[in-house]
Amino acid sequence: MTTPTIESLLLAMADDELVLGHRNAEWTGHSPILEEDIAFSNIAQDEIGHALIWYTAYEKLAGRSPDQMAFERPWNEFTCARFVTYPKGDFAYTVVRQFFFDVAEEVRLRSFLASSSEVLRSSAAKILKEEAYHRLHTQGLVERLGDATEESRRRMQAGVTAAYAQALGLFEALPDEAVLVAGGVMTPNIELARSWIEAVAPVLRSVSLTPPVALTADAGGRRKKHLPDLEQLVTDLQSVYRLVPGGAW
Amino acid sequence: MSEQDEKEHLAEFEARIARGEKVEPGDWMPEEYRHNLIRMIGQHAHSEIVGQLPEGKWIPFAPGFRRKLTLIAKVQDEAGHGQLLYRAAETLGATRQEMIEELLAGKAKYSNVFNYPTPTWADVGVIGWLVDTAAVVNQSMLAQGSYGPYARAMRRICYEEAFHIKQGYDAVVALAKGTPEQRAMAQDAVNRWWYPTLMMSGPPDKISEHTERAMRWRIKTKTNDQVRQEFVDLIVPQIRALGLDVPDAECAPDKATGHYQFTRPDWNELKRVVNGDGPCNAERIAARRKAHDDGRWVREALAAKSGQSTKTAPLLA
Repeated sequence: MTTPTIESLLLAMADDELVLGHRNAEWTGHSPILEEDIAFSNIAQDEIGHALIWYTAYEKLAGRSPDQMAFERPWNEFTCARFVTYPKGDFAYTVVRQFFFDVAEEVRLRSFLASSSEVLRSSAAKILKEEAYHRLHTQGLVERLGDATEESRRRMQAGVTAAYAQALGLFEALPDEAVLVAGGVMTPNIELARSWIEAVAPVLRSVSLTPPVALTADAGGRRKKHLPDLEQLVTDLQSVYRLVPGGAW
Repeated sequence: MSEQDEKEHLAEFEARIARGEKVEPGDWMPEEYRHNLIRMIGQHAHSEIVGQLPEGKWIPFAPGFRRKLTLIAKVQDEAGHGQLLYRAAETLGATRQEMIEELLAGKAKYSNVFNYPTPTWADVGVIGWLVDTAAVVNQSMLAQGSYGPYARAMRRICYEEAFHIKQGYDAVVALAKGTPEQRAMAQDAVNRWWYPTLMMSGPPDKISEHTERAMRWRIKTKTNDQVRQEFVDLIVPQIRALGLDVPDAECAPDKATGHYQFTRPDWNELKRVVNGDGPCNAERIAARRKAHDDGRWVREALAAKSGQSTKTAPLLA
């Protein structure tokens, strides 16, 4: 069973994955150590690959190809969370953001295993296998960098302080969420957010990192209220492709 | 070790090489052999690391999912090759940290070809196709070399480079079959990369300082000029088959030898570029230095966490 509104959910997830994958690949050739250069290039490919899975599912329903959606759509039509659009920052911010994203993915995808939508169930099972490795890697980095030296602690704490409220923006309600929840397609985002908070807390605590106390989720992305960072990113992403619109590259 | 012992060791060493045996890390080897290999493998590793930059620049702009994914994978492979090669050099007593510091201080050389700019998307295709074909011709030769760890690394790298060539060629085919603008973009890139790629095999045999000794010890198994000729013979028909031009009016098959004749590149340019004065040397080293400096706290933190100082943890260099 599919509901007529699953497209918006698919696009939100696809846009998140594409944009974060794009950001991660900004480390390719510029990482602190070769091993992380390889790791983040790998994570970037996985995330972009996941975007492709969701865009392909979207294509089956809406008829527009992944390349059309990613490379021809205006930036202000993207529905990714603002969280994934911010510049890559220092390596601490990148690590924290990726860890937060990995946990969010895990929480969301697990909830899909019981979805009424077959495409969500089967895609989630597939993606969860790769996500397990991401989480292993990024959680390991959080645990090793979180309290290693004074500088690493300071940077990682700054990363947590900046990224925490942004990450909660991943759980901004979709405009048509009520219908999706009623149809058994998805768990309400507010519940997923709660699971996410519970999942990241012990990891942060284990290395004495603390989430900010007063915070408001950095929402807006799902309603296409974006910041100039996304405009720049999408302009770059599409710049060569648009030289010959509809052309073969 | 007495002079007599040294002579006997050397005779046995050279006899082993003549029999086609591989030299392994614990084996006796002349200091000169060790130094030569560290220099060569180090330069090769640096070339992979610096070589990430000219193409990596295009990752954000790659047109379409397929190109974006394959380009990230390709540049990631270069990092992997660098890692493998630093490892091979470490078996000879060098450390990754020392080698990287030499690179960042501008003391180590690396391939000339990564010091040229990549102003258009077509450069990604042409580097993958032309430059990686030249690299594979050279590395297939090095895979026959006498030092076991380097030869084995070369075999594995050649295997992956074959995919890189396919990735580059495929991107150029799309341009060659595309609009007049795309075609012009491909031709322009071939024109710009032709001579730098010819220079990759190194200076001509008659002025190459390392070739003779390297051949005797099978550090190399072919001369620079042989490798260059092999590349030209391989690539010219491919370029012309796509309807693109080789930017050299002299480039034609020699009926007597069966080899393509071609105009020699400007060897002074090669010398300048390899010695640090190419169009992008400063930019490349600055980018590497920035990554290294920005990442220092990460390396220090990882070392602190594993209870080692960064000095004794070459893997974290």
